[in-house]
Amino acid sequence: MQYMLLIYGQEGTGPQPGTDEFGPFMQGYMDFTQKMKDAGKLVSGDALQPIATATTVAVRDGKSETLDGPFAETKEQLGGYYLLDCPDLDDALKCAAEIPTAKYGRVEVRPVVIWD
Amino acid sequence: MLPPVEVRALVTRLIREDWGRILSSLVSSTGDYGLAEDSLQDAVVSALEQWPRKGVPRHPDAWMITVARRKALDRIRRSQTALRKSSDLTLWLEQHRNDPEDRAMMIPDHRLEMIYTCCHPALEEKSRVALTLRALGGLTTAEIAGAFLDKTETMAARLTRAKKKLRAAGIAFKLPEPEDLHDRTDAVLRVIYLIFTEGHWSSDGQMSRTDLVNEAIRLGRILTGLLPDHAEAKGLLALMLLGDSRRLARKGDDGAFLPLEAQNRARWDRAKIREGGALVETALSMGPAGPYAIQAAISALHANAASFTATDWPQIVALYEVLAQRQPNPIVRINQAAALSYAKGPQAGLSLLDTLCVDDKLNGYQPYHACRADLLARLGRRQDAAASYRTAISLAVAPEDKAFLSNRLRALTAP
Repeated sequence: MQYMLLIYGQEGTGPQPGTDEFGPFMQGYMDFTQKMKDAGKLVSGDALQPIATATTVAVRDGKSETLDGPFAETKEQLGGYYLLDCPDLDDALKCAAEIPTAKYGRVEVRPVVIWD
Repeated sequence: MLPPVEVRALVTRLIREDWGRILSSLVSSTGDYGLAEDSLQDAVVSALEQWPRKGVPRHPDAWMITVARRKALDRIRRSQTALRKSSDLTLWLEQHRNDPEDRAMMIPDHRLEMIYTCCHPALEEKSRVALTLRALGGLTTAEIAGAFLDKTETMAARLTRAKKKLRAAGIAFKLPEPEDLHDRTDAVLRVIYLIFTEGHWSSDGQMSRTDLVNEAIRLGRILTGLLPDHAEAKGLLALMLLGDSRRLARKGDDGAFLPLEAQNRARWDRAKIREGGALVETALSMGPAGPYAIQAAISALHANAASFTATDWPQIVALYEVLAQRQPNPIVRINQAAALSYAKGPQAGLSLLDTLCVDDKLNGYQPYHACRADLLARLGRRQDAAASYRTAISLAVAPEDKAFLSNRLRALTAP
């Protein structure tokens, strides 16, 4: 089954660039990605630019509305994702717990819909 | 040949006693909870229709499984969805289609997988409780709804959501990984204890709520049978048996809750006390005691005391201390303060209670005020005690508790 692991964190918390913790933190991501690749679980995964770069679009009455900023103003924002192929939820949850940001933010695990 | 009425009674009993085992076996072979449950319902309908005409099979449980498998195959064939694509499952069901209906076969026991699946932490806690009662207890949706004072439709929607999540989220029907076993077993014990407390502290005295107590004890027995080396499973079963041994003595003729000192000990169920006591001893001999075993040990000390005054209060205070270390929780300390007041006098109890309420967190907590009121009354501080009783009464939810506290207040203010 495919699971989307959505990585949420508060921007500006957790290890920041230029600090001693940042190197090992990023290495943690590289190790995790490699581990998922080796296990044949990695479908894809990316980090996102900060929410200051976000633009939200909605079409109402046939008209496209463009708004500066994220869809919802929340304390924790989506910062990246992994799409993994895992045998079951327990395995996906274990993988999610290994994502470095899980120590500072949260990872939401969502199964991907299988269209019949 | 049996008349339909008797067949119905037999099927009802079979479902009551064997539902969990039969359903677990079906989920294990189909890998799909919803399909297994629907197919078993189909098989039940077939039994009610066929058994009065053809006679009851020699092994009704084996018959149910075989027929349910065929019904599952029919359902897969009819459905246009993902189920149809699971060709492995179809093949397996095909191969077992012609298993003799009436063969004395060993039904492998998959109830443990079922318990862990129903109590998976990815499900909401109330749904875990409901699903456990449904899948292992064989309770109907209406019965579960009745037990929780919910509408049947609300409970049905909750169960549907939970089953949907089992399937859609890929919650596997399997035992937890060894490294997760400890936490996952804790979650299972918690669900069983929630079922027990829901019935034990029920405020409406409905029969269905008493059934929850029996159901929790039954699940506790199943779990101790499946996990013979688990001390806390034994501790929990002991705690439930000992608590339930006082069932008939806990309520006065006026319906008010009776505290231990007012209970007629002759009405305690000695068989449950013996069984619970033996289980505590075994649990305690298996290593460091967990919270359930410690609470059961406290309950056993009460159960085996000849009278309220003859209770081993210093030992109970010590056990609450161990429990509070393991499970820092205000109710544990409040109970400890009450026990201390009988071991060393009400002033000692009050002093402990005062150390708890440093940050006003317990101000909205009924047991705190009830305990405080009792200690103040015993110290002769009647005005203060009456004020605490009034606060406790205003916070009490269950009518038994309100009645008990009001009786106490009346006794205090009586001339």
